[in-house]
Amino acid sequence: MFEGGLYPYWIFIFLMMTGLYVVISRDNLIKKIIGLNIFQVSVIMFYIAMGKVHGGTAPIEAAGITVYSNPLPHVLMLTAIVVGVATSAVALSLVVRINEAYGTIEEDELREIEREEDAE
Amino acid sequence: MSGELVERVTTNLPALQIALPLLTAAVCMVIRRARAAWALAMVVAWTSFASAGAILAWVWRHGDISYAEGGWQAPFGIELHIDLLNALVLLVVTGICAIVLTASPKSFDQEIWREHHAKVYALYLLCMTGLAGMTVTGDAFNVFVFLEISSLSSYALISQGTTRRALTSSIQYLVMGTLGGTFILLGIGMIYMVTGTLNMADMAVQLGAVGPNRTVLVALACIGIGIAIKLALFPLHIWLPNAYTYAPAIVTAFLAATSTKVAYYLLVRFIFSIFGAPLAFGALRLDAVLMPLAIAAMFAGSFVAIFQDNLKRMLAYSSVAQIGYMVLGLSLVSVSGLTGGLVHLFNHALMKSGLFLVMAAVLLRTGSVRIEAMAGLGRRMPWTMAAFVVAGLSMIGVPLTVGFVSKWYLVMGAIQAGLWPVAVLILLSSLLALIYIWRVIEVAYFREPPEDAPEVTEAPISLLGPIWVLAGATVFFGIFTSLSVGTASAAARMLLGVGQ
Repeated sequence: MFEGGLYPYWIFIFLMMTGLYVVISRDNLIKKIIGLNIFQVSVIMFYIAMGKVHGGTAPIEAAGITVYSNPLPHVLMLTAIVVGVATSAVALSLVVRINEAYGTIEEDELREIEREEDAE
Repeated sequence: MSGELVERVTTNLPALQIALPLLTAAVCMVIRRARAAWALAMVVAWTSFASAGAILAWVWRHGDISYAEGGWQAPFGIELHIDLLNALVLLVVTGICAIVLTASPKSFDQEIWREHHAKVYALYLLCMTGLAGMTVTGDAFNVFVFLEISSLSSYALISQGTTRRALTSSIQYLVMGTLGGTFILLGIGMIYMVTGTLNMADMAVQLGAVGPNRTVLVALACIGIGIAIKLALFPLHIWLPNAYTYAPAIVTAFLAATSTKVAYYLLVRFIFSIFGAPLAFGALRLDAVLMPLAIAAMFAGSFVAIFQDNLKRMLAYSSVAQIGYMVLGLSLVSVSGLTGGLVHLFNHALMKSGLFLVMAAVLLRTGSVRIEAMAGLGRRMPWTMAAFVVAGLSMIGVPLTVGFVSKWYLVMGAIQAGLWPVAVLILLSSLLALIYIWRVIEVAYFREPPEDAPEVTEAPISLLGPIWVLAGATVFFGIFTSLSVGTASAAARMLLGVGQ
């Protein structure tokens, strides 16, 4: 544990709520995706903080070292990072297509266009 | 000697459920030819279905199958673990995948450019990989990985719809789905923090020793919210109607019958196998949250469905209601309640994919999914509309159909729990289903088509065959219930720790 107590977890919660707030409050789709990324990264930080053992080194066997950090959560996050990248890629390509089809990526304008479409 | 061979083959089948569609998806991307990709996907899907049948038969006779991926033994390695519960879900998922795929070529011809077919089949197989993977795995982190594989491919599949609305629906689902997936990841991390393991069976043992502390309860809440989003449990369902309405018809039939079902399986697995009913319903009172939401879903979904002019959208809202029935069964925390929920998973997959395939056939022949445009179809597409009537009756819960069987167990579960009002509400909400199904039947059978209506012929046999397999199954399993109810009730007993 760090001297500062639980502060990595405070940072994680702060980032997570920031991400969630951006997803909910922003109308611009790119900003929404950035919020989604912040949200995902916060959980990655949570795993990293969880695997860190105070005073531990990288988990490579060497003479004279007895305390290692837990490598498993760190390895898991490699997969989560890949998932995050893939999600961003799919999301951004959808945004490109939306921009081509509607001429805007502002959600309130998209909603307005769709409402007019429904009214017809 | 041959018995030994059968054992060696069968216990290795779970790995094949993941490896086969995953590798074939890559091959589909390479071969590029629409019909060749379809033929290849067909071979894979039907092989998966056959091996899921073999797995279920094996589990019934010999007990659980455990497969250590890469030879690394659990709890350290990744384990694929199959018991009666996921063997049943696997059979449903692969079966629907195979049947819907069989019906796909004509409908895809209409809605998607030929050049893109091979890629769409690759996505379809990837989605199938994710769904089968979530079902067979015994490792919690693996669940997240496969969840994202199936989710990402389904976002791409939904965006293939013909109108530009498919794009906005897809990104709406992507945002919601990613939030859900990340919540599940967070919950799994918290359990790992407490137990130090990712193996589901080992987690359950360790959590039993730890007892209900704050971290465990927050983990359950995070996982519950995450799965509820993927499951489209009211009021977290807002992505579902748009995604189902604007996706290509075949994709809708596929996703409606499989992806929410696997999410329901995950909810059952996490609550009953990992956290345990005492913790989920004693320490956290999850039933007090889930039951009102389930009942609200049953009524809100059916009620909104009544006022839809679009057949696809109507069926999508009906799905929201049917998910309510499944969750209601779970929240009763009794053998008959949970049996009802699991049987409804099986039954709803059959009837909803059947109804959506009927919708695909109507769209193929008339070019519209508006209920108004279906006037007179009862005479012009008699076989297609007859299948709609059969599956629709099942949706209402008429005896001799599967819908009746699942409602019977749900009502029994409610009465056994002493919740008479809930039993009455189940019956009342079925009446709402009667109204929205009747609206379609009335237009199709009792309204004359307008003078200038285009000439409409019966659906092609490639669509009609799968439709009638599903419609026939809703009747068959409504009479011979040993497969669905037998497996579901044995699984429910196992999950609740009650003897035979």
